[in-house]
Amino acid sequence: MGVTAWVSDGRRWSGLILALAILGGAWTWMSRLPAVATTNGAPPPSPREGFSAPDFTLDLLGGGQVRLADLRGKVVMVNFWATWCPPCRAEMPAIEKIYRAYKDLGLEVLAVNTTDQDSESAAADFIEEFGLTFPVPLDRTGAVSASYILRGLPSTYFIDRKGVIRAVVVGGPMSEALIQSKVEELLKGD
Amino acid sequence: MLPYLRLGPFLLQLPGLALLIGVWIGLSLAEKEAKRINLRSDNIYNLVFYGLVSGLVGARLAYAARYASVYLENPLSLFALNANTLSIWEGLLVGLLVSTIYAQRKGMPLKLTLDALAPGLAVFMVFFGIGHLLSGDAFGAPTRLPWSVYLWNEYRHPSQVYEILAALGVFYLLWKQPPGERGSGSNFLWLIALSAAARLFLEAFRGDSLLWLGGLRAAQVISLGIMLAALWGMRSFQPKERSENQ
Repeated sequence: MGVTAWVSDGRRWSGLILALAILGGAWTWMSRLPAVATTNGAPPPSPREGFSAPDFTLDLLGGGQVRLADLRGKVVMVNFWATWCPPCRAEMPAIEKIYRAYKDLGLEVLAVNTTDQDSESAAADFIEEFGLTFPVPLDRTGAVSASYILRGLPSTYFIDRKGVIRAVVVGGPMSEALIQSKVEELLKGD
Repeated sequence: MLPYLRLGPFLLQLPGLALLIGVWIGLSLAEKEAKRINLRSDNIYNLVFYGLVSGLVGARLAYAARYASVYLENPLSLFALNANTLSIWEGLLVGLLVSTIYAQRKGMPLKLTLDALAPGLAVFMVFFGIGHLLSGDAFGAPTRLPWSVYLWNEYRHPSQVYEILAALGVFYLLWKQPPGERGSGSNFLWLIALSAAARLFLEAFRGDSLLWLGGLRAAQVISLGIMLAALWGMRSFQPKERSENQ
């Protein structure tokens, strides 16, 4: 290989570095973006930051139905959980506390139970035990979990008033401070 | 994209598995390379192993420190097998620190050690890309090309495939035809320079770039700096002062 010779020849090597600096700089300049491309206008639904939250309609524990799109205008925190998942259990009291503090300011919490890998009666017992007051949609078929491409429990999506996901937290337990900071940030936005 | 595989009650996190396999193969290659350049391979193994374990512990402790009140209430979550409750950068720092201390105490020559690690790191980069492919992270910009892939509700550049191919190329070069003299430390710098060059070029096709002022992609600016620094440093690694191994 002639590479070693190139490196040892000080002038040639400096020349090469300079050429690469110019080339790399030009490429960087050429590939700059005008703005944050994905979040302009109405981004397509996808379970990622900067995209619209995929819509769903689900039955609620204790009766009734909820449709995510109907909550446009509110800040929505969608939390996927199961009774057998310790971090899910651990973060529920914090979610409840923040829900009570912020619901009158425009926060909605949907604690979607992954009923396809849990049981409705266990979920009901759990909600009662912890005295949780937010709505609990039941994902009986797993279709909503699938459309959110769940990668672990708990998974939490912070959705702004326009229905765009602004933060995704996979795993837990989330600290009260974390939930609170995300919620306050979104409530401040329009 | 295939983030997890359900095996009965078990949920196998495939991207994590890819990284584990990458560590495993990378480690065995580093041992081989160490033998080739007359460095004790058990020292290399321990260096990486201690670095990984301490890095993992450090990352979890750093995360817990950030959410101290929750972890004080629930100290068992310190042992949760959840990669999301790790502070990556702090962990990296701790791991590097521990590895450095180990290398110093064992009197491992710096340049030989770096070169022994180079092919292993290169193969790890391949699996890093495979991890991205499985998780759907590091996704490409929307485009309509014959080889576009449908991901996150859009036809996109298969940026993860580009990443894997580039990493494979770098690995092949370092393993089969290292551009610098083996053991001179320059192959490690070549790995850095080539990986940075690949990122600099391929970042332009990403759809998730962090943007800096003026719309410049942060990763490109950083990669450019790293590439030039590595090439610059190569010159000082040239004089063939082969440190003898003990």
